[in-house]
Amino acid sequence: MKGNVEQQQEKEDTQEEYRLLVDEVKPKPNILKNCIRAFLVGGAICLIGQLFLTFYLGSFGEMEAGALTSGTMVIIAAFLTGIGVYDQIGKFGGAGSIVPITGFANSIVAPAMEFKREGFVFGVGARLFNIAGPVLVYGMLVSCLIGIIYFLFA
Amino acid sequence: MSFVLAFVVGGLICVIGQLWMDLTRSSITPAHILVGFVIGGAILSALGLYQPLVDLAGAGATIPLSGFGHSLAQGAIEGVRERGLMGAIAGGIEATAFGVAVAVIFGYIIAVLFNPRD
Repeated sequence: MKGNVEQQQEKEDTQEEYRLLVDEVKPKPNILKNCIRAFLVGGAICLIGQLFLTFYLGSFGEMEAGALTSGTMVIIAAFLTGIGVYDQIGKFGGAGSIVPITGFANSIVAPAMEFKREGFVFGVGARLFNIAGPVLVYGMLVSCLIGIIYFLFA
Repeated sequence: MSFVLAFVVGGLICVIGQLWMDLTRSSITPAHILVGFVIGGAILSALGLYQPLVDLAGAGATIPLSGFGHSLAQGAIEGVRERGLMGAIAGGIEATAFGVAVAVIFGYIIAVLFNPRD
C-alpha cells in the first residue's frame, strides 16, 4: 500500500508529463503571422478608441473623455459578443482582441451568456466574473499596494 | 498623427500579449494575459513610465488593459494626495468605477438578451 504522499507525487508527475506532452503535440504557432494579426486588430481597436476619444474631448475634460471612451468601447464589444461577431474577430486577431478593454468586455459577456441555463445567480451572475473577477482582484490588490507604498514613502 | 500613433502603439502592446501567448506554455489563458497587463500597467504607471506613453499615443495606451492598470495606480496615488491612507485603498477603484460599472451592467444586459450561437 502506497502512502498518501507517494500517491500524490505520482499524480503530480503524471500531470506534469501530460502538460509536457500537450506542449509537444500542440501545433507550433506561426508566431510572425500571429503577431502581424494581433498588431492589425489591436491597432484598429485602439484607432477606433482614438476616434471616440477625439470626439468626446470636444465637449468633456480629459478624465471624463477617457472614461466615456472606455465605456463606449465596452458597450460596442459587449454587443458584438452578443451577436457572435467578436468571436470571429478573436479567431483572427488573437491577443489583438484580448488585450484591449474590448477583450475584457468579451470575457464578461461570453461566459455569462454561455452558462445562462445554470440560472441567473450561479449562471449569469457568477460567470460574469469568470475572468473579470481575477482581473478586478489583482487590480485592486496592486492599486492598494501602490497607494500604501506612496503613502509611506512620498 | 494621433490616429497613427494610437494604431501603432496599441498594436505593439497587443503584439507583446501575442508573443507572451505564443512563446510560453499552453497553460497561459486570456485570463492570465488580462491580469498580467493590468498588473504590469499599474506598476509602470506607479514608476511614472506609463503616463508618457499615454501622452504620446492617447487611446493606443489607454484602451489596452495596461491602461486600466494605469488608471488604478493613478487613482490610488491621487487618493493618497487627497485623503491619505483611505484614499490609498479606495482611490484605484474610484478612478475605474465608471468603466467597471458599465462593463458589468451592459455585460449583464447583453448576456441576458442574447444566446450563444453554435
